[in-house]
Amino acid sequence: MKIIRAALPPLIPFVAITASIEFLVRGGVIRGFLLPAPSAVFLAIWNDWDELARAMLTTSASALIGFVLSTLAGIAVAVLLSSSRWVQRAFYPYAVFFQTVPIVAIAPLLVIWFGYGMKTVIASAFVVSIFPVIANTLTGILSTDPALRDLFQLYGASPTVTLFKLRFPAALPQILTGLRVASGLAVIGAIVGEFIGGGGLGSVVDVARTQQRIDKVFAAVLLASLLGLALFGLINLISAVTLRRWHASEQA
Amino acid sequence: MTAGVSLRLRGVRKTFQDLVVIAGMDLSIGPGEFLALLGPSGCGKSTVLRMIAGLTEPSGGSIETEPEAGGYQRAFVFQDAHLLPWRNVLDNAALPLELMGVGRAERQKTARSALEQVGLIEAVERFPAQLSGGMRMRVSLARALVTEPQLLLLDEPFAALDEITRFHLDVQLRELWRARRMTVIFVTHSISEAAFLADRAVVMAKRGGALRLDRKMELPDERTNELRGDPRLGVEMKALLEAIE
Repeated sequence: MKIIRAALPPLIPFVAITASIEFLVRGGVIRGFLLPAPSAVFLAIWNDWDELARAMLTTSASALIGFVLSTLAGIAVAVLLSSSRWVQRAFYPYAVFFQTVPIVAIAPLLVIWFGYGMKTVIASAFVVSIFPVIANTLTGILSTDPALRDLFQLYGASPTVTLFKLRFPAALPQILTGLRVASGLAVIGAIVGEFIGGGGLGSVVDVARTQQRIDKVFAAVLLASLLGLALFGLINLISAVTLRRWHASEQA
Repeated sequence: MTAGVSLRLRGVRKTFQDLVVIAGMDLSIGPGEFLALLGPSGCGKSTVLRMIAGLTEPSGGSIETEPEAGGYQRAFVFQDAHLLPWRNVLDNAALPLELMGVGRAERQKTARSALEQVGLIEAVERFPAQLSGGMRMRVSLARALVTEPQLLLLDEPFAALDEITRFHLDVQLRELWRARRMTVIFVTHSISEAAFLADRAVVMAKRGGALRLDRKMELPDERTNELRGDPRLGVEMKALLEAIE
């Protein structure tokens, strides 16, 4: 019952939009080679399932590895940046570089450095997803309650102890916000990487496009967004479990 | 029994850039004294407390203690409870001992007994988000008491609470002090709270940290809510009020 109530609202526009597109394509209002009928997309998923599933698995692996790397590296960088105002002033502008660099433009560079294949795809997922982790973790760490910092100082806690017992847990809500944004970006980065580095759903889209298989392009795009959604859902789950007891964002 | 610390402030100065907050303050506090530091907002009373706690360095002058710094336990209670929201009540109260390296079993035992003293033993498993403001403040008190401090510093600790809760906590704090006789410095801008709680009240001037009044409260050692309607308390409050600018 609860599941139905949660799933019903987003399901209504989905059914309505899918049905009307199907209707418009079949009625000849929209031409099928521009926008395929939803039934054709589902049929493509069905017919090319083996290929699509394999591609999805490859993309998932690359996106996930890129995401985990950017999580680890992003948090580490944020901790370093938070160590002093001077370090922050010196290095933060270069972290912003990851945010502003056009991934499509540097993807060919990644191929030159890492060759065709998964390494390039992972690097691409990493590059686009690390900045939100750095920015959010840094904000979280720096906005630790000053009174609690005083308290830790009063009882002689070392910077390391303060980091692990105070700053990290206090920053957790912001870190998770960063990870939510990063999870979606990692999938995008992986797909872009695959356009150039090859493999996975990115390649499927690229090849299907040249074959005029727009139904298959849509099928791959649909699976790619499902992948992003799944990763996003995973972070939400982690957030719900870890913050349930104490943070307003996870309390009804 | 916890022995109290005695303090001597000599010509203590504090400036923030060009702003002189405390221009030179002299104050002696005896061991086991319950002192209220009273003054209008912005007069620098919290700054004085932070300097005594060692959280802020004085810009000049000296703060001597007996025993010397490091030879006694101090505790600080903030205006709001400032608990770690991801920890339950027990682990919050045990935090100072944890930071000092006391083992888990021992610190939990001590924290339990501190929570018992503030009447929160039923709530040890709960999280701060599940507590009322008054309960949170009592956890904060228990956290301060857990190290058996010889110097207890409180910075307007009950200012954000409703009056009924505050009255209750005033009585409780006074009782805790009577049992332990640590030195207490209680910063407040509430005249009634200062008079009700303390044995000695010091009124600070609006600027510069000069002392306008240093007065012993002529009140019984035991303070209950009955005292709130007592004319003797009224006399003390009037004296404090007249000293405040």
